[in-house]
Amino acid sequence: MNIKKNGHRWHDMGGQDAGAVPQNQHDFSLWEKRVDALMIVASSKGYFTVDGLRRSLEDMGEYAFENMSYYERWIASINQNLIESGTYTLEELGAKMAQVQKRGETYGEANLG
Amino acid sequence: MPHDHHDHLSPSGHPYRADDDTPLSYWQTMEIAVRELLVEKNVTTPEEINAQIDKMDARSPAIGAAVVARAWVDPDFKQRLLKDGSAASLEMGFDVGPMHLIAVENTQDTHNIIVCTLCSCYPRNLLGLPPDWYKSRAYRSRTVKEPRKVLSEFGVTLGENVTVRVHDSTADMRYVVLPARPKDTDGLSEAELASLVTRDSMIGTGVARNPST
Amino acid sequence: MGSGLFAAGAPVRIRKLMPPGHVRAPAYIRGKHGTVERVIAPFKNPEQLAYGLPAAEQMLYRVRFSATELWGDQAENPRDFIEAEVYAHWIEPQDPTHAT
Repeated sequence: MNIKKNGHRWHDMGGQDAGAVPQNQHDFSLWEKRVDALMIVASSKGYFTVDGLRRSLEDMGEYAFENMSYYERWIASINQNLIESGTYTLEELGAKMAQVQKRGETYGEANLG
Repeated sequence: MPHDHHDHLSPSGHPYRADDDTPLSYWQTMEIAVRELLVEKNVTTPEEINAQIDKMDARSPAIGAAVVARAWVDPDFKQRLLKDGSAASLEMGFDVGPMHLIAVENTQDTHNIIVCTLCSCYPRNLLGLPPDWYKSRAYRSRTVKEPRKVLSEFGVTLGENVTVRVHDSTADMRYVVLPARPKDTDGLSEAELASLVTRDSMIGTGVARNPST
Repeated sequence: MGSGLFAAGAPVRIRKLMPPGHVRAPAYIRGKHGTVERVIAPFKNPEQLAYGLPAAEQMLYRVRFSATELWGDQAENPRDFIEAEVYAHWIEPQDPTHAT
């Protein structure tokens, strides 16, 4: 549940019970670094704010936190903010995603860069 | 099959995850699409994105370690660092960005530990990208309430007479812990001292290494 | 803005409000008493920035809470502190009758 009856929101975790701190670590892959770079570049140019990124991450809810990776959530939130700021339209995004998907079955094949 | 940047190694020296060879996910599709749309709309260029990735890759705990070692050998610098972390870091050529940096000092009586309970704010310009555990529910939830138990999971045991100061990075500040200088390090150079400063010691979940270990 | 409404060392209380939305005052400190550890600087209000709105500047403070104020009997050690950044609009003066 994203908001408990008393108004306490899911992302506001301080003081909650939880298990042991997980110690496994992964190295960031290139696509994750690209998401990070998109965030820095677009926000530094004023297309949205880091606060807007966080707001959208919070609104995506606990299910997204538990079931999507960190940078999956970030690209979803970056996109949400860019749609809201009118940088591109949903139609443009949908068409572009379909075009990307047709290029191949792996990230390497679908990425032109 | 095109394999872009296959020769790239991560800052830890490990190869990146082989995402190029796994089936294209919905979110990876979105990343490529968003990036290409931003280039088409003249928001950015591929070169700018690559430059930003290189900039981030160049950031690692070694930057923070250099700042800590300087503070250990130069008491005046230490005072400036504790007064204004951003300005002192900039003296050494490290621009910690628009966020203000607050350095907090570990002493015999006080142990500092950093967390962000609302998201995962981290001094990335000084330490690079955060470790996965820093972003975990467990660390974000428990550190403000049971810091000593969390510390024990990291192998740090504090005496009852040591005060723990937990810093919740809730807004525009970023924090770095100035760990206590290990004993028997009088003869070491600044570079040798920096090699004792671990990432975790600057988050507060560890202490600086002893030169004999 | 000058140094704001509260000076370093001032006893304060975090307002106990529970609106939905993007709030940067964590719930665990709301309604709790602390002291201003330092006055930082004014920053644009993230609760407006988050919605793409023009944002007014708000003074940002670091407020220090004792572990026992926040967690009562569950505090690990009464000498421990938790410090958090809190914007001015979330802070009110402490009720003078509150025993610290």
